[in-house]
Amino acid sequence: MNTATFSLAMLAPALPEALLLALVSAILIADLFIAERDKHVTFWLAIASLLGCAALAGASAGNATAVTFHGTFIADPMSQVLKVATLLAVAATLVYGRLYLQARELLRGEFLSLSLFAALGMMVMISASHFLTLYLGLELLALSLYAMVALQRDSVRATEAAMKYFVLGALASGMLLYGMSMLYGATGSLDLSRIAFALEHSRANPTLAVFGLVFIVAGIAFKLGAVPFHMWVPDVYHGAATPATLFIGAAPKIAAFAFVMRLLADGLAAMTGDWQQMLAILAVASIGLGNLVAIAQANLKRMLAYSTISHMGFLLLGILAGTANGYSAAMFYVLTYVLMTLGAFGMMLLLSRAGFEAEDLEDFKGLNRRSRWHAFLMLVIVFSLAGIPPAVGFFSKLAVLQAAFESGYVWVVVFAVLMSVVGAFYYLRIVKLMYMDEPAGEITIAPRLDAQVLLSANAIAVLVLGILPAPLMDLCARAITASL
Amino acid sequence: MSQGFPILSLVVWLPIAFGMAVLAIGSDRNPAPARWTALAGSVLGFLVGIPLWTGFSLAAGGAMQFEEMAPWIPLFSVNYHLGVDGISMPLILLNSFMTVLVVIAHWEVVTDKVAQYLAAFLIMSGLINGTFAALDAILFYVFFEAMLIPMFLIIGVWGGPRRVYAAVKFFLYTLLGSLLMLAAFIYLYFQTNGSFEILDYHKLPLNLTAQVLVFLAMFMSFAVKVPMWPVHTWLPDAHVEAPTGGSVILAAITLKIGAYGFLRFNMPIAPDASHALAGFMITLSLVAVVYIGLVALVQADMKKLIAYSSISHMGFVTLGFFLFNADGVLGGLIQMVSHGFISAAMFLCVGVLYDRMHSRKIADYGGVANTMPVFAAFFVLFAMANSGLPATSGFVGEFFVVMGAVKVNFWYAFLAATTLIFGAAYTLWMVKRVVYGEVANENVAGLADVNARECLFLALLAACVLAMGVYPKPFSDVMNPTITELLRHVATTKL
Repeated sequence: MNTATFSLAMLAPALPEALLLALVSAILIADLFIAERDKHVTFWLAIASLLGCAALAGASAGNATAVTFHGTFIADPMSQVLKVATLLAVAATLVYGRLYLQARELLRGEFLSLSLFAALGMMVMISASHFLTLYLGLELLALSLYAMVALQRDSVRATEAAMKYFVLGALASGMLLYGMSMLYGATGSLDLSRIAFALEHSRANPTLAVFGLVFIVAGIAFKLGAVPFHMWVPDVYHGAATPATLFIGAAPKIAAFAFVMRLLADGLAAMTGDWQQMLAILAVASIGLGNLVAIAQANLKRMLAYSTISHMGFLLLGILAGTANGYSAAMFYVLTYVLMTLGAFGMMLLLSRAGFEAEDLEDFKGLNRRSRWHAFLMLVIVFSLAGIPPAVGFFSKLAVLQAAFESGYVWVVVFAVLMSVVGAFYYLRIVKLMYMDEPAGEITIAPRLDAQVLLSANAIAVLVLGILPAPLMDLCARAITASL
Repeated sequence: MSQGFPILSLVVWLPIAFGMAVLAIGSDRNPAPARWTALAGSVLGFLVGIPLWTGFSLAAGGAMQFEEMAPWIPLFSVNYHLGVDGISMPLILLNSFMTVLVVIAHWEVVTDKVAQYLAAFLIMSGLINGTFAALDAILFYVFFEAMLIPMFLIIGVWGGPRRVYAAVKFFLYTLLGSLLMLAAFIYLYFQTNGSFEILDYHKLPLNLTAQVLVFLAMFMSFAVKVPMWPVHTWLPDAHVEAPTGGSVILAAITLKIGAYGFLRFNMPIAPDASHALAGFMITLSLVAVVYIGLVALVQADMKKLIAYSSISHMGFVTLGFFLFNADGVLGGLIQMVSHGFISAAMFLCVGVLYDRMHSRKIADYGGVANTMPVFAAFFVLFAMANSGLPATSGFVGEFFVVMGAVKVNFWYAFLAATTLIFGAAYTLWMVKRVVYGEVANENVAGLADVNARECLFLALLAACVLAMGVYPKPFSDVMNPTITELLRHVATTKL
């Protein structure tokens, strides 16, 4: 650790990150020389960068676990899968959001480079094996997101949302840092593997370690948006421009999953019994409150925010199982959840147009009359979010419930199952509006071919994965077993 | 296990494929291609099911036939496992048959979003067949739940004025029950060391507490579906608001899934709990038979009356099952098939009247026999069958159930049998007020009799009702080996 040596070979496991960083920097400069009306060039450059890095990350999939930068950076099978998913999710977000951003003059170099920096932050988070890298990635992501929300500076709602997001996010980061410092005090290291080793061999002050753990779990709960640390979620989802909401709601969940895995399952594995209890409370509260409060929402973005809270509760169910089964179930859950979120917000963006936000539930009225195909796609996504087969949402719920059941959390499972019925109610409302009501106003669907095709593929994937979930489940299981 | 030609897969997926095709080619301006494709799909769906009957081996005892098995999700050892026995095979054919009738019945009646309407029924038909054929608990659950989506849309899109309320109530009620069943499946999965095979669950020894909990979790799911008193309240709403086709499928088929679930899951998986809770089940069934029969008597809406009559008749089915003797179970099963024909016929008859008058109120009718003689003849026949007249299928099942009840307890039989009188009372009283008497008003005076299309489906059902009433032996022959095996299994304690 003391000799700060550096060689190019050390860079190899971090090649996708290095490439992305180089490309973002290049785009940032190139954008200065691109005229305002040619901004689509920047857009396609950004998409190409994301896809290129995804291909690179995908190509390294199957490689053995590699640790570099003196144990601060780890590239294992789990991180490879998650990175590919993250980059693709970011690319999909940009494709869905393009027209919306263009209509509101937000499609500037700033939004794109912030997206890419956020993506970079997520990749670093996913591969971190050290408190410092973890925190570095997290802050790179968070700062990009704060700026992204605030970018719509003439909107009062967006500015307010950005402010709340920033203050509460900073608070969460503070908690996390405080917890990390305590763990450092208890174990004498910032390196997750050393911390794990110290805890396992009882070389740490247990009281101090548990205190540190409490702060870390609180910080994680903030970032995930789990009850009772969820207050920012509805306001930020509602206030931000829809593409920014989609950005916050989709890819960062994958990074957050990796973050939880690195911290709790890897670093603090010896304290599993302690954090299981805390996660169980967070999960129950999130599933309960998220589903109940979502019923009262008339704004689709707010409703999806509360639905996210409950979904994060389900994700925690998988993690709190504390078994390889549970982790791979949670990984499957987060990947499919991101797919569904992309679809739901993608539809919202497709229905929006200049001067009109399709973000109230009422805006979906009579969609079936306007376009049977789009109503069908939304139907699939909504039933998947509700966890009704044959959409994939059912299998992701089944997998986490099964894992939690196996670890003895029977009552948590029964509670979650009963709350799913409450959840079904508000999802059904969307279906009702689309199919059983007559159109109230005019519904126009953006004629953008790329977004249309992507959205169709996205929703069909939700259905196909529901009918054939085995390949993705196996992929998650293999990645987790190889990385633990 | 013989893996011959995958007939069951065809029976499940053919209607779904046709449903997709109907969706794809359907247009709102010219519904004819969608209609003919749907008709072809439903008829083909029925025809491919015929080999299940003709190739059914009576010598196989209670064993599963036409089995198909392929790994589906190896990680959780979930299999795509299909198979039928003497209980499920007739129900699959009944369902495919009803789908044909529903397609014929919609023809001139449904004019809005025709393709989607037909596609919903075809897809649901395939899913229901899958529910009856599934031998893997997760596969069963997927079909069982997925079925809710088309039915939700059918009630909610093409239904009456309170359709949304009825559709949501139907969906949530059923979902609540089935999710508890899912929890039971997960429990059983760990008890069997990782198996979702229903037949493995049948062999699994469980202590009484576990059996009772599993029984109750599954009871929640199937009792809502049957529906048993007191969780029946979704049914009158759903039936009244659903379009005719939806009511037909609900009454004729989906109610049977609940009863089927008791035979496939509750009784074999938790036999000791079934015996321990038999009194509870019989009480609920008798309440349904007696109390709901009385409720039916006072209905002013024809569809509601038939809906309550359905609950009452399904009470006979569950009563028969929990007597644990061959007569009772056979009677219950025959009653299931017979009620499928009769309730479908009754709802179609009301549909015929409703299409002409746009009213379901009994008070708006009177003297229909004068203007619609052919229709009146059919209606009276089905009403007689509904009240259990000998030589109709309605008699056979109820007779066997009452016979089975006498063997167990005279008072069960007494209560069940006296309510046959209620059944006759509410049905025949409705017939009297609707069909007979003076022509009530000029609307009735202007009614046109059934046309050839309506005649066709009513005649088909009349033939089924009479054939099964006169000669039920083909059905009992198919069902008996499975019933014997089931009762032998249920009589063996798992403790």
